[in-house]
Amino acid sequence: MSSAHSSASGQPASLVNRLNLQQYVVYLGFLVIFLFFAIVLKDSGFLTVRNLSNIMLQTAPVTIMAIGLVFVMSAGEIDLSIGSTVAVSALAAAVTVNDYGLGAGIIAGIGAGLLIGLLNGVLVAYVKLPSFLVTLATLGLFAGVSRSMTNLRSIPVTDSTFTGFFGSGSFLGVPSLIWWTVVAVACGHVIYRETRFGAHVLATGDNSRAASVSGISVPRIRLAVLLISGGLAGLAGLLYAGRLQAAKYTLGETDLMTVIAAVIVGGTLLNGGKGTIIGALVGSLMMGMLNNGLILMGLSVSDQMIVRGLIILAAVAVSLREKSR
Amino acid sequence: MNANVSAANEPVLKLKDIRKTFGGVTAIENFSLDVHPGEIVALVGDNGAGKSTLIKIISGVYTPTSGTITIENQTVAMSNATMARGHGIEVVYQDLALADQQTVYMNMFLGREPVNRFGLLDRRRMIAETETLVKELDVRIPSAHATIRDLSGGQRQGVAIARATHWASKLILLDEPTAALGVAETAKVEEIVESLKRRNIGVLIISHSLDQVFKLSDRICVLRRGKQIGIRETAKTDKNEIIAMITGLQQH
Ligand SMILES: Nc1ncnc2c1ncn2[C@@H]1O[C@H](COP(=O)(O)OP(=O)(O)OP(=O)(O)O)[C@@H](O)[C@H]1O
Ligand SMILES: [Mg+2]
Repeated sequence: MSSAHSSASGQPASLVNRLNLQQYVVYLGFLVIFLFFAIVLKDSGFLTVRNLSNIMLQTAPVTIMAIGLVFVMSAGEIDLSIGSTVAVSALAAAVTVNDYGLGAGIIAGIGAGLLIGLLNGVLVAYVKLPSFLVTLATLGLFAGVSRSMTNLRSIPVTDSTFTGFFGSGSFLGVPSLIWWTVVAVACGHVIYRETRFGAHVLATGDNSRAASVSGISVPRIRLAVLLISGGLAGLAGLLYAGRLQAAKYTLGETDLMTVIAAVIVGGTLLNGGKGTIIGALVGSLMMGMLNNGLILMGLSVSDQMIVRGLIILAAVAVSLREKSR
Repeated sequence: MNANVSAANEPVLKLKDIRKTFGGVTAIENFSLDVHPGEIVALVGDNGAGKSTLIKIISGVYTPTSGTITIENQTVAMSNATMARGHGIEVVYQDLALADQQTVYMNMFLGREPVNRFGLLDRRRMIAETETLVKELDVRIPSAHATIRDLSGGQRQGVAIARATHWASKLILLDEPTAALGVAETAKVEEIVESLKRRNIGVLIISHSLDQVFKLSDRICVLRRGKQIGIRETAKTDKNEIIAMITGLQQH
């Protein structure tokens, strides 16, 4: 209840700045990278429908994981374990689907993800350990589990319904991986933006004490976001197994950095309280495009990694600099 | 003031022999106090006397080590803040308990967001109610859509007070509600507190300003190092007596 002009004079300039750069940096970055590749690679097939849809298909698992991470990070937590959840889920699904059929495979894959999420969630929400350390530990733990599950062997997935549903199939002319992306983004967006749960996740990440005195069960929110993240990483595992028609312990190994970068570049705060699902989608499409373009440019694998790292660094720096105040 | 009227009513809040220890440290001991509907009780004491701790016990954030809390003749055991809110008790905490990156209207409805028949947030209703409330209380904020961290200290305080007055039906606890405010804003808050009286809501207010305490309160309760030194009717005491009680030194 202070005079109105104190806010009217001081704030607008910085407000406009923040709105412009912070919220649109991902769309701008996406456009810049797209145009760059479109021009530089116009004779290398970057702009073909086939290549662009390939980018979308390859991005699907990262986008799915990014949705989970938006919830986790908005609640002020982090989930590093997704990097190995993917492989555990894919392997669990591959082993069961071959012997017991589609339903069992799905249950095993998603279930494995949810169980890892449950373990993380209980340790973070109720034992009150920091999520960074808990999920760093479970990242390592389940990387080991995925290796020992099948003695480093790759498991082929022969069930054609499964590979169609999660990989090569299509529905109404649209590939199933794109359906999964669209459905997950739409559901994620509505839950995040339009439900009480979403509001409580944001409040928890923003000020957990305020959330708690407002009657929000902070531990339950922390458990829920880690469960969501585990379940979605499990789904990502199914998508990999479906598309590659096989599961291996290496699946998802390199995705962790990509997912975190996509989420942050997309406009979600590392410290919680603010985020966007659509931004994360655009962020992960940007990462996918970057991968694809650098390969088409003929960069060696090591050069790709360096360039990708530098671009992520720049993007993250821009988006974080605008957000911290 | 109307101490004689409210004395006839049942107390809305009754604290009996409240004691709270943190590990080995005793923060509150042998504290007993009644607050009646429409009564304003001031809680005074030096820094660290235990005032905020007492507020947090009444609001369910801390469970007392021993003692009983009675709300409208019903002894309650509150293990979390939701239960206090269920009993019609609202709090303006010293740190305000606002979610800084959320909008004013989301903070106004934090934990109690209305939903439409599809189970989705009813933003239109939250915004409309926030705007009405903000206008009623004359809290000058840019809009219901403003983000808390873009507001001034006084505006934030206004949001926290508006939230509490909106939801309270029986009792409001105010922890230094004007500590960060200018002259005009302080007057505004005092006006709001007095209006609660007319709604027959009990008020327990913590303040370091004795002028304010004497202006607003019906009774004054003094705490010193966790001990209850005494309760005085505001009309029958003066600043010297209260200062002596707060500091433990006789004034001559
Ligand atoms: N969670 C806690 N754990 C341990 N000690 C605490 C805790 N909360 C409060 N205390 C102690 O209890 C005592 C009373 O603190 P309290 O915050 O209630 O004081 P206060 O009267 O509100 O002071 P101020 O006027 O400075 O706000 C202090 O000595 C404080 O250190
Ligand atoms: Mg205090």
